Amino acid sequence: MRVYQFTEQPYFPGWDKHSGSLRVNFLNRNCDPHIAADLFHRYYDEWQLADELGLDIMLNEHHQTATCMSSTVVVGLSVLARITKQARLLVLGYPIGHRPDPLRVAEELSTIDVISRGRLDMGFIKGVPYEFPSSNQNPVGVMDRFWESLDFIIKAMTTHDQVFNWEGEYFNYRQVNVWPRVWQEPHPPIWSTTGSTAQAKLLGERGYVMATLGSGYNTRPLYDAYRRGHVAKWGKAPGPDRFAYLGLVAVANDKDEARRRGDLVAGYLRSSSIVHLPFRNPPGFLSAEDNARLLRGQTPPRSYTKDRRVINMQSASVEDLIAAGILFCGTPDEVYQQIVDFCQYCGGMGNLLMMGHAGYLTHEQTVDNLSLFAREVYPRLKAWKQPDAEEVAAAAVAAAEKAPASPAASVRAGDLVDATMTR
Amino acid sequence: MASSSEAQSLVVDGTRIDFIDRGSGPPLLFLHAENGIEPAAAAIEELAKGARVIAPTHPGYGGSELPKGMRTIDDLSYFYLDMLDQLDLRDLTVVGAGLGGWAAAEIAVKTTARMARLVMANAVGVKVSDRETRDIADIFALTDPEYLDIVYADPEAGKRDYKALPDGEVLAAARAKEATARFAWNPYFHNPRLKSRLHRIKIPTLFLWGNRDRMLSEAYGRAYAGMVPGARFDLMERAGHFPHQEQPKAFAEKVLAFAKAK
Repeated sequence: MRVYQFTEQPYFPGWDKHSGSLRVNFLNRNCDPHIAADLFHRYYDEWQLADELGLDIMLNEHHQTATCMSSTVVVGLSVLARITKQARLLVLGYPIGHRPDPLRVAEELSTIDVISRGRLDMGFIKGVPYEFPSSNQNPVGVMDRFWESLDFIIKAMTTHDQVFNWEGEYFNYRQVNVWPRVWQEPHPPIWSTTGSTAQAKLLGERGYVMATLGSGYNTRPLYDAYRRGHVAKWGKAPGPDRFAYLGLVAVANDKDEARRRGDLVAGYLRSSSIVHLPFRNPPGFLSAEDNARLLRGQTPPRSYTKDRRVINMQSASVEDLIAAGILFCGTPDEVYQQIVDFCQYCGGMGNLLMMGHAGYLTHEQTVDNLSLFAREVYPRLKAWKQPDAEEVAAAAVAAAEKAPASPAASVRAGDLVDATMTR
Repeated sequence: MASSSEAQSLVVDGTRIDFIDRGSGPPLLFLHAENGIEPAAAAIEELAKGARVIAPTHPGYGGSELPKGMRTIDDLSYFYLDMLDQLDLRDLTVVGAGLGGWAAAEIAVKTTARMARLVMANAVGVKVSDRETRDIADIFALTDPEYLDIVYADPEAGKRDYKALPDGEVLAAARAKEATARFAWNPYFHNPRLKSRLHRIKIPTLFLWGNRDRMLSEAYGRAYAGMVPGARFDLMERAGHFPHQEQPKAFAEKVLAFAKAK
């Protein structure tokens, strides 16, 4: 089990100043650059601590928002490539659906792979729905653009003995020859995210690491779809290292203090959904069929507790978030048990994307949270034996043969929290 | 071709589209607005009282297929030029509303060989002001009530009860929104190249303008009309961005009178 420390690098001092939207149209007049500087340095310090504690690191980017100051993830990756020593640096995700120039992406990430001496993990996503108005990339056809962009980036990173040309549907280059070339051969590991079983199967066929966010005790069908895709393509089960899950983490020696921290970390869920309504679901982001269901008012729930209670993760209590596997919270013993239970439910899960800071959690609380986790929880997680991958995958394949899955609706508009790649 | 009130289908360049061919008399091509063909039903009925109305559903809208690679109104204009050749239509009055007006202009700048007259109803397609002036309201940044308020003289005209509508119409509404974004997301509801080509339109042209449109302004409409040689500009009362939908009778009367005028 690997654990990646993640924060969205929020500008939380602005959270109480909005009138209905923290994203896209929340004016930057509300941002004090001096406070922003202090926060950036604080977050880098906390990641440096994570590195020293033996944790890995995850970064992301969002645009025009007080929920995440990292508007260009390359900057954070660059700083951390220099000041950390051993942590893997995962970007999840790099929103290539919003990027007009994948050559630039290949150059940036190759450079970071080299400066970090091969510590980069590359998570590519299409990007969140509400950022299409700001990037002005067309949400219609974004998946086609995503795949062409990704294919191009891989080719740019793996071509060393010729200058190549690319004249595609969306991108055109005549003389491609990326310097520096990537440290990790043939290229840094590729990750992505999804909320749909169809896409999960496709990711399994590609063998990329698949991450899910906020899926809680609704995750297993996605993992099993991945397993089926992987088995069909590669003839063997994917190991737990192919799966990643983003969970909020709040640990403390004192049970009540842990719950208090859990409540602060959950501020991420409560703030991230505050966005001007029309930006939440731009046309083409979901399929027309899904949008027709939305027009009819049919929105399938997304978050379930272990005992199949539906919860709304934007407004749920700490206890419900724990029950749903969205928040791992408590004493080190409790948190270890919650994570292990969840991994068992998943049939194996090898990468915990740990939101160990979010919302109003203070620096001192974050330091304590990370330190306690690294000291008291992480070693036991590493020692924990994952379920047998072949057995789990065989069961997933057999179950699908017995009862072919009905195409599940992938409607997620409105409760999309982070980078998603539905469909 | 037989007259019929039923929606038919037509295959153009291997793509099947929904297609209305209705009424008799001089041929009139109606190109629907960004909200689809359904809201134009009453206008088509009125127009068919004085003309043979040919009303295709644009690729990607309603039940019409989308040809692979079609992404721009320029692409759409070539599709319709092929359709006009296929149907061998002549002396055509082309009527375009909203985004359909943009398509009509893109067709006309290429050739008006099959066209006699052009009607542009609250048409989009060009940018008239400087780079920092928003000519066309950002409808994708509006809530539904805000949108209905700026595009209709009477917002009630645009309200639809999706829970009560048949599945096909709900899906058509969802497809219309997606298809519109495909064509109009960026550049936003215009083709930067179109303005410099409009001088090529040398057939009689009428800009019909719902005076309560606040997605576009009257000044926008007048400036657009000013780019087409000799174009007339006529305001319609009690109508917003979709005058054909809010005032179908008056709309058809004006169009048919223009089509017949010497």
